[in-house]
Amino acid sequence: MLEIKQIKKSFDGTDVLKGVDLEVDQGDVVAILGPSGSGKTTLLRCINFLETADSGELIFDGEHFQFGHISKKDIARLREKTAFVFQNYNLFANKTALQNVTEGLIVARKMGKHQAISIGKQALDKVGLSDRYDYYPSQLSGGQQQRVAIARALATNPKIIYFDEPTSALDPELTGEVLSVMRDLARDGMTMLVVTHEMGFARTVSNKVVFMENGVVVEANTSKEFFENPKMPRTQAFLQNLSGENNT
Amino acid sequence: MFTERLWGILVDSFPKILLPGLTMTIPLTVISFSLAMVIATVVALTQFAKIKFLTPLCRFYIWVIRGTPLLVQLFVIFYGLPKVGVVLDPFPAAVIVFSINEGAYSAETIRAALESVPAGQLEAGYCVGMSYLQTIRRIILPQALRTAFPPLSNSLIAMVKDTSLAANITVTEMFMVTQRIVARTYEPLALYIEVGLIYLLFSTVLTKLQRLGEKKLGAYGTHRG
Repeated sequence: MLEIKQIKKSFDGTDVLKGVDLEVDQGDVVAILGPSGSGKTTLLRCINFLETADSGELIFDGEHFQFGHISKKDIARLREKTAFVFQNYNLFANKTALQNVTEGLIVARKMGKHQAISIGKQALDKVGLSDRYDYYPSQLSGGQQQRVAIARALATNPKIIYFDEPTSALDPELTGEVLSVMRDLARDGMTMLVVTHEMGFARTVSNKVVFMENGVVVEANTSKEFFENPKMPRTQAFLQNLSGENNT
Repeated sequence: MFTERLWGILVDSFPKILLPGLTMTIPLTVISFSLAMVIATVVALTQFAKIKFLTPLCRFYIWVIRGTPLLVQLFVIFYGLPKVGVVLDPFPAAVIVFSINEGAYSAETIRAALESVPAGQLEAGYCVGMSYLQTIRRIILPQALRTAFPPLSNSLIAMVKDTSLAANITVTEMFMVTQRIVARTYEPLALYIEVGLIYLLFSTVLTKLQRLGEKKLGAYGTHRG
């Protein structure tokens, strides 16, 4: 469904992505793991054109696009099929929870107000916020804000949702509520590409893992294989460190 | 000192001063400030969007207007332009100068407010499928105007008082009328204090309105992260 070939990106002469390949099939939940500064977030932002990649190819639903040579129109068209959940939520501060969800439907997709509101309420119900329709982001906890952001993503009926470290700004208690919503989405068959540090999520929810370091993919594998039988010395060391942490 | 005659003059002059306040000072302020807001928003957005060629033009405009006295600008437009065949009535001349002048200052206020909106708001707009202009209009500008509201209220209050400068180009606003009454009665202290109090009255009303406006705009709480 989504394929990235040899994507490259540098910031001021520093190569952040050095030719990354990635493949996501319909219904996949792909976790992108790796240490900070490995280029995970940049990869995700380039895929949704929040950053402009220097080169590489994007294949989405059978359509081919070249990074760096894609038209604004194509970008807009691709964005209508995708959704993005940010680390710091980025809810529209001047809109209520419900308006955050309906805004893209009414303004970008020209949907009727009534239909948008009914879809918006459904989406908020799904993430367990039926009692928070009219709350502004500043009146919600971090976990609630992130669930609104997920509802906002869901409402547009995307083919894939990109998550950029969706729980990194949350304390452990609130992390749980967001992860459980994401688990439900996975169960419903939503295709997701998730940059995360949550090993539990990567192990139990995602079916594929991509491990990145220094702008390259070190290992791409099924979750089961990755956690039980890692192939590369670097990923073996990474998992060793994790289990060491868990034992202490 | 405070004789019956003086009291009579003050009471007598009060409606005479207040009337041009209502028919000149307030319309001059309201029209000029409204136009200034349009200019300021356009100039601020042009710079925010970094539009080629227009952005340096905006900087030039702000540089010239902020760098020269308001009084000089009034004289150039009203007394200067007739030299090249452009003759303006006092009131429109004052409106032009006040709106262009205030536009330059408020453009900077609004630009700063636009830049204070987190970049993530624009990205979130893109990600739900909105265009740049849609996101600016529906998400960024409303948040920026809320931030800009208190300093813009400042500017409005300042403009009410600055309109007294229009007396210099023969606009018969409150201050000019007061000057005329002073010339006739020779009671400068009492009368200038009286007109000062009327300006204070206008400003007080605006201060109250500002508080109401802030309350209304504050409905969605404070920014967090």
